[in-house]
Amino acid sequence: MKRALSLIGAAVAAFLGSSAQAETLSIATVNNGDMIRMQKLSEHFTKAHPDITLNWVTLEENVLRQRVTTDIAAKGGQYDILTIGTYEVPIWTKQKWLMPLTKLGANYDVEDLLPSIRSGLTTDGTLYAAPFYGESSMVMYRKDLFEKAGLTMPEAPTWAFVSDAARKLTDKKAEVYGICLRGKAGWGENMAFLSAMANSFGASWFDMQWKPQFNTDPWKQTLTTYLGLMKDAGPPGASSNGFNENLALFQSGKCAMWIDATVAASFVSNPAQSKVADKVGYALAPDTGLGKRSNWLWAWNLAIPASSKKGDAAQAFISWATSKDYLDLVAKEEGWANVPPGTRSSLYANPEYRKTAPFADLTLKSIQAADPQHPTVQPVPYTGVQFVAIPEFQGIGTAVGQAFSAALAGQTTADQALQTAQTLATREMTKAGYIK
Amino acid sequence: MATAHSRAAARLTMSPAVILLLGWMLIPLVMTLYFSFLRYNLLMPGTEEFIGTMNYQYFLTDPAFFAALGNTLALVGGVLVLTIAGGIGLALLLDQPFWGRGIVRLLVIAPFFVMPTVSALVWKNMLMNPVNGLFAAIAKGLGLQPFDFLAEAPLSSIIMIVTWQWLPFATLILLTALQSLDRERLEAAEMDGAGAVDRFIHIILPHLARAMTVVTLIQTIFLLSVFAEILVTTNGGPGTATTNITYLVYAQSLLQFDVGGGSAGGIVAVVLANIVAVFLMRMIGRNLDI
Amino acid sequence: MARAATNRHKLVVTLIAWTVGIVIFFPILWTALTSFKTEAEAVATPPTFLAFHWTLENYSEVQQRSDYFLHFWNSVVISVGSTLLGLLVAVPAAWSMAFVPGKRTRDVLMWMLSTKMLPPVGVLIPIYLLFRDFGLLDSRVGLVIVLTLINLPIIVWMLFTYFREIPGEILEASRMDGAGLRDEILFVLLPMAVPGIASTLLLNIILAWNEAFWTLNLSASQSAPLTAFIASYSSPEGLFYAKLSAASTMAVAPILVLGWFSQKQLVRGLTFGAVK
Repeated sequence: MKRALSLIGAAVAAFLGSSAQAETLSIATVNNGDMIRMQKLSEHFTKAHPDITLNWVTLEENVLRQRVTTDIAAKGGQYDILTIGTYEVPIWTKQKWLMPLTKLGANYDVEDLLPSIRSGLTTDGTLYAAPFYGESSMVMYRKDLFEKAGLTMPEAPTWAFVSDAARKLTDKKAEVYGICLRGKAGWGENMAFLSAMANSFGASWFDMQWKPQFNTDPWKQTLTTYLGLMKDAGPPGASSNGFNENLALFQSGKCAMWIDATVAASFVSNPAQSKVADKVGYALAPDTGLGKRSNWLWAWNLAIPASSKKGDAAQAFISWATSKDYLDLVAKEEGWANVPPGTRSSLYANPEYRKTAPFADLTLKSIQAADPQHPTVQPVPYTGVQFVAIPEFQGIGTAVGQAFSAALAGQTTADQALQTAQTLATREMTKAGYIK
Repeated sequence: MATAHSRAAARLTMSPAVILLLGWMLIPLVMTLYFSFLRYNLLMPGTEEFIGTMNYQYFLTDPAFFAALGNTLALVGGVLVLTIAGGIGLALLLDQPFWGRGIVRLLVIAPFFVMPTVSALVWKNMLMNPVNGLFAAIAKGLGLQPFDFLAEAPLSSIIMIVTWQWLPFATLILLTALQSLDRERLEAAEMDGAGAVDRFIHIILPHLARAMTVVTLIQTIFLLSVFAEILVTTNGGPGTATTNITYLVYAQSLLQFDVGGGSAGGIVAVVLANIVAVFLMRMIGRNLDI
Repeated sequence: MARAATNRHKLVVTLIAWTVGIVIFFPILWTALTSFKTEAEAVATPPTFLAFHWTLENYSEVQQRSDYFLHFWNSVVISVGSTLLGLLVAVPAAWSMAFVPGKRTRDVLMWMLSTKMLPPVGVLIPIYLLFRDFGLLDSRVGLVIVLTLINLPIIVWMLFTYFREIPGEILEASRMDGAGLRDEILFVLLPMAVPGIASTLLLNIILAWNEAFWTLNLSASQSAPLTAFIASYSSPEGLFYAKLSAASTMAVAPILVLGWFSQKQLVRGLTFGAVK
């Protein structure tokens, strides 16, 4: 007993001793599957860098965003590595809050990063955040149900086809719903989907004078199409469904179609999680023939606060976590299907990946089809496909999301919701000084 | 009885608590008041400027503000009524002799120990979820259409969750009060032919009045700032159906990072809370002879 | 005859009370049960009650992902620390309010309670800036201070109501014997006040354990208590009900067990002067 105690004591002393000289990195990240895997695999990194210890702060997306934003804006300095989205990167770069990533190493191969993803993270030719995984959105559908109904999904469907098919495939008694779409309010939840959908209908958030556009016909068409579709062919409780809820629905076989993030493809096709793994087909997000499809573009990226004193160690970690070698490591440990997708061209050229990921092609096509610099049919003063890259957007986007979510819950009509959205967006934009 | 000496000692012993709370209240309050007159967005440092009362104008004319005011009152009032009524019922029940009283008591007080975030997560995902939740499974088992609680009756659902959390507290206080009731008075009333209802209205209820006031006071303090339950379940929606004042201030300051607007909202919330406080204190003053 | 009637009455009450008790407890029970299911079984229709394949895999996965014991220990330190610190400040204050009431005692007490009505979100940014400047971000000391201040009004109020029930004559008697103020508090008042202090202590540990706004916003990795631990399980991708249940059970169990075991002590002083 005594010996055991002294052993523990020695171990503690050794631990304290080694951690005293080591550099400790605090990493704030989202609790998504790919990040949790990164945390699990990070021992490979610490083995190669024995002088660096990692402290993980894993939080749910909204909590994480609130925490890291408060911290970086108030210069709290609690984190050395931040996980942030493509929305934050340009805004934070402009504030000089992020450290330029110039020490990622000789064989990092920046050129290999997908151009549409990389452009959003680069300012004046310098990378300020490294993409960990990237995504667009696409249609995931049940091949068995389509076959049974005698329907064929084209590779690039229109909204007319999707609406029609959704209604035909709905069998509420059997708990099969034609289409599952996001309804939970939030700028990154229902508004991510609806903004991208609106783009395909020719709508936009603002015109060149920053006037909100919710009183225009394209928005009205967007919202009435969405509400009608969800009423006839959507699952119950859709107004509180976000990505996770819909994923659970689709995996348990309750949706015939689901339009959402391309990363979901690897979850719905994984037999360990999904009851319908072998029955899933993929298609591009629908359009209306106006030249823009309703798919978004998003990436979760790793970045370093400009004030961090551990920049070198932090860049070493980021370089490891977003490198080609990391992709190989995940492939070796957990299989190609679990590799974080959507960041590197080389992954999509890899025959082994293409073999295990039938969705690889469509994912790449979807990512390439999104153009954050020119997201809409009409010209707009902003960048960002499913968001508007201005600091005020989170608040406005979420409030508009609430109004649309209320319409989905049946509390208001489409017209009332659009009216509310228009009023509140105008108020906020006037207050912030965009509208003079 | 109190001598000058003991008075001075009293002031001395009280001062740490008073000074600490004064600091805790005043320092942030002054800073908040100052911020509330600025254009101050955390995401745009360097653009701060004095803008007078504009933040207040925007906050007070926000359509969401009135909704939030109503929701706050409904939430506080609803939970108070339900916990007090339910608490009295439970106290009367637990006061009776029956087998396994100790264990039932443990079961009844359990929700009080559950952290708000956890109870909101559990209710939302495992019970109220219209597809995978237990209530939906029961409804389907009975051949009914599952009810989508958080979409169709959002505020009532939140009231239900919060009531579940606070029912044990009310029950405990009311039960302790009930147990201090003089049994002989009840028996005497029964001898005189007073029915159960009469006894309840004329003897038990008045006896519980003080306990009910205490429950009201303590719970109001906590209910005014209900937040985690809303954030986890509905995010204040759909629309503004479940946005209370606290949540509205949160949306301003931590979603929009509009510190100016959020501060104005915070000051408004403080004023409102003080109105409630004055009202409550009057009520307590009458019922509790402090 | 009378006895049979009483027994029948008792049986009916027993049935009703147990039903009510189980209904109230059910959400917790259901969570605990689900934490032992596989993810697939957690969403099975119809739901399985006990006849499922019991597994501990959720617990091991949760432990693998986050250091439960670090969070647990932080929760213990923060809740106990803030309660003890709070008592240290509150006992003298409550003592003087109860035994040497002045004209303004009532106002002071009410004012203290009203500080609890300030919405915490409104003052987060100022506090965050102050914490940054004092280097208190992500430190247990910082969280102990904040939670002490938050719960201080409740502590003072609870102690005050309890102290007031202690007859003043005892103090006068001790004063006659020449006891000083310190002796008066230490040897006369405290022993009589132990039940009240014990239940104040317990109630505050519970409140501090469950406080989720400040603890989440002012901590990062080092000082994060269980409330932050839960925030990393609230909506991960894919099926998550079983893992969420396991994490919830782990976060709630310690305080629930403490509450159950100390139930008698907790209730004894939990009257806030409501019992006369």
